[in-house]
Amino acid sequence: MIPELGHFALILATVVALIQGVLPLTGTYLPSRTLQITLQSLARPMAILQCVLVACAFAALATAFLTNDFSVTYVAQHSNSLLPKPYQFAAVWGGHEGSLLLWVLLLAVWSMAVALFSKSLPLDMVARVLGVLGLISIGFLLFILITSNPFERLLPAALDGRDLNPLLQDPGLVIHPPMLYMGYVGLSVAFAFAVAALLSGRLDAAWARWSRPWTVIAWTFLTFGIGLGSWWAYYELGWGGWWFWDPVENASLMPWLVATALIHSLMVTEKRGSFKAWTVLLAIAAFSLSLLGTFLVRSGVLTSVHAFASDPKRGVFILVFLAVVVGSSLTLFAWRAPRVTLGGRMELVSRESFLLANSVLLVVATGAVLLGTIYPLIIDALNMGKLSVGPPYFNAVFAPLLVPTVFLMVPGSIARWREAKVSEIAYTLRFSGAAAVLLAIGLPFVLGGWSLGAMLGIFLGAWVGLGTLQQVVTRLRKPGRIGLSFWGQHTAHFGIAVLVVGITGVNSYEVERDVRMHVNDVVTIEPYSFQLKSLGEVTGPNYKAVRADVEVKRGNEVIETLHPEKRRYFSSAMAMTEAGIDTGFMRDLYVSLGEPLDDARTEWSMRVYYKPFVPWLWGGVLLMVLGGLFAALDRRYRA
Amino acid sequence: MKYTCIFLMALCMGLVHAREAVSLVDDPIEEARLVHISQELRCLVCQNESLSSSRAELADDLRREVRDLIRANKSDQEIKDFLVSRYGDFVLYRPEVKPLTWVLWFGPFVVLLIAGIFLLVYLRQRRATVQPQVLSDNERARVEQLLKD
Amino acid sequence: MKKVFIPLVFFFGLVIFLAIGLNRDPREIPSPLIGKAAPAFNLVTLESDKTFSPEQMLGKVWMFNVWATWCVACREEHPVLVAFAEKNQVPIVGLSYKEIQPQDPAAKQSDAVKLQVARERSALWLQRHGNPYTTSVMDLDGRVGIQYGVYGVPETYVIDQQGVIRFKHVGAVTPQLLAEKILPLMQNLGKS
Repeated sequence: MIPELGHFALILATVVALIQGVLPLTGTYLPSRTLQITLQSLARPMAILQCVLVACAFAALATAFLTNDFSVTYVAQHSNSLLPKPYQFAAVWGGHEGSLLLWVLLLAVWSMAVALFSKSLPLDMVARVLGVLGLISIGFLLFILITSNPFERLLPAALDGRDLNPLLQDPGLVIHPPMLYMGYVGLSVAFAFAVAALLSGRLDAAWARWSRPWTVIAWTFLTFGIGLGSWWAYYELGWGGWWFWDPVENASLMPWLVATALIHSLMVTEKRGSFKAWTVLLAIAAFSLSLLGTFLVRSGVLTSVHAFASDPKRGVFILVFLAVVVGSSLTLFAWRAPRVTLGGRMELVSRESFLLANSVLLVVATGAVLLGTIYPLIIDALNMGKLSVGPPYFNAVFAPLLVPTVFLMVPGSIARWREAKVSEIAYTLRFSGAAAVLLAIGLPFVLGGWSLGAMLGIFLGAWVGLGTLQQVVTRLRKPGRIGLSFWGQHTAHFGIAVLVVGITGVNSYEVERDVRMHVNDVVTIEPYSFQLKSLGEVTGPNYKAVRADVEVKRGNEVIETLHPEKRRYFSSAMAMTEAGIDTGFMRDLYVSLGEPLDDARTEWSMRVYYKPFVPWLWGGVLLMVLGGLFAALDRRYRA
Repeated sequence: MKYTCIFLMALCMGLVHAREAVSLVDDPIEEARLVHISQELRCLVCQNESLSSSRAELADDLRREVRDLIRANKSDQEIKDFLVSRYGDFVLYRPEVKPLTWVLWFGPFVVLLIAGIFLLVYLRQRRATVQPQVLSDNERARVEQLLKD
Repeated sequence: MKKVFIPLVFFFGLVIFLAIGLNRDPREIPSPLIGKAAPAFNLVTLESDKTFSPEQMLGKVWMFNVWATWCVACREEHPVLVAFAEKNQVPIVGLSYKEIQPQDPAAKQSDAVKLQVARERSALWLQRHGNPYTTSVMDLDGRVGIQYGVYGVPETYVIDQQGVIRFKHVGAVTPQLLAEKILPLMQNLGKS
């Protein structure tokens, strides 16, 4: 009964989305003033109603999971009666159909947020923005109803479910999709604002000011979601890798890069009325990349460890939807953009030009990632063979593109609007620059050895870190209150510095030991020693595991006992590694249990890692998220 | 009696004494080469994993082949050629730089160069066309009035 | 053409490639061995300790089929092969690929024992399901498979009189594939 109610709620939501998408927008074109206002006023209530209905549908699916209703096919495929309750809830988005429902729910939530927090917006803009969001919702709702219905019944009902993929039974992986989707979906708001601006012909600084907080919040969620995914891979997959340039990872990185460019471009449009067309194009591109990502993950055109079970029919639907949404918005852009006014004057060297360079560099980097991701597809489509493009390519091409981008962060944030002098900027940064160079030359030797990568990474990290600190100190010395926006910018920038140092540290100075261990064996990575104290069997709610107790010492002092495990889940016979990790401020000590090497199971292969600066990776991401939150909460942007 | 105790104690200590763990592989240098090469090779039966990290059976077999070739002192390029001649370019995660992949390898940098030039040209043109707005006396008076409020 | 249309044009190009991509299988690996000489090997067969090498098939057009008793898809294609062999009198040589899997208890035994177990299992299987093979070579460790670019089971090759590989199919062979592609190819090769 409840699944059917959920299905019905979705159908109603589609009707409401139809009203929300069509009527208010129509209202903006009608000659009669009263008719205009009547139709436009439908936008807010419809958005709220749609959110309520989709939330009901979601609640219905969640109920089916939490009550172990295996007469629903989707529940039977992704849940199990032994699955702990929190994971039963998270299993709602563990597969294609449910995750789409989550997408639609979050889209409805964002739409409702726009409806509720847009008091200062003129009614016709509200109508357009919510109208565009409504049209997008229609597409996704129809997609679910026609090809991916999570409420389909399984008759006769299964006795028990197939269980949630053990890889997904983890707190990190439970919140990673919702956070990521909040980001993807949030970019639809920036998109809707951009299209609304094009439709109304009112592309101005006010539009940029309205758009900015929504974009920053979406960016913040996306940053958090990507960071979570990366952190999860790090502790879950057993060898501490954190980025694989997998197509689905790239699908999340591309919108993030463009969203970063968009935020900075919005600044220029807001302050100086410039780059309007470019900013609008970035907003369209960011959401298009979100949609493209959805397509890549669910259509089966690319192989990926992340991909949902693919179905060409679904792929066709998304591709058509993508073509319609992006094609029509780019057509609208081509039609309306030339009429846009140029905005303020700027010199060749000015904050505006630095920000424009930032845009260009980020867009080219995005293009490189896109090219690498779909190149195999292009070559195959042209019948010119089959090749793979993997991490070696991306590392070789992406990193060099990001070096100037990160470097320019510092002079860019010091440069004055409209006109700036390179000599003046250089003079201001003389100490930070010199210190960064010295650290880059000297620190590698202290850390364990010199390499070009280490030098460059430390230079960039120190440059941005010191440059940011310098700006904060300089500002603190001046009178006047400092807005949250300032703290936001510098926290996020500092976060990048920390992130760069983290990446450099772990890439250049990681130490790995692959050993065979009996009980009482010791493996040493100076100054730490790891001793296998005991091996035992443990039973979890839905798995059985071999658990090792590894004592970690620094010299003679015991730091911690780690418990790496090798789990076998009842439902799938998949063996899962749970690494034992000791996290410090400057390093991680990482132990992972391999395979038994003898029949008696007394000798096991183990991997022990010393990973310097890895915590700075996650710390940097958290600082970026914090920075985004500060920036979004600035008083200037509150409704 | 005393000596028996000491003997037993020594025996016990010897039994409990921690042993340095043995490296999993016989030749770490060879193994390092294996890891380095196999990180750039694709596991052909996996959903996008490198030969180095995959646990698939074919991956075990291919690593064995690569190890044999390393022991036979083959160069990295020779090992890659061995695999490519049997499985095609698909097995390489680092696409070879050949006419087919020039766009892939050089495209981003060429685009960056072109974009950089466009940027400079655009900024110069823009500087020429957008004149600084000079306020008329009237407008200036209005501005001062507004600022006072 | 105005600059503002560049994004739109670029996007439509992308969509076209993605649309074509929907019809492709990203995991299918075409063989680079087509048109090259079939790699040489010398393996004992299922039937005897006398070895078999592809050289022995020079002058004939033949099929090389990679199979194993643990392979589910092989069971599907097997009757098709049996019928094909009977009707068309073409030589099909089997490659028994990694019959003893790593998790098999027999895997820890000596090579001689492994070979014996593999032969017994394969012979029993062929007795039960039919034997389309003129002979089956035993590739216990999969090395010959790697020489031939095998990455899954079943796989099928067509090799001509000069010992050159002309065709490879990955996956179960269907009657349609045999009728439309393989048989005509073999007939063509047989004429020249």
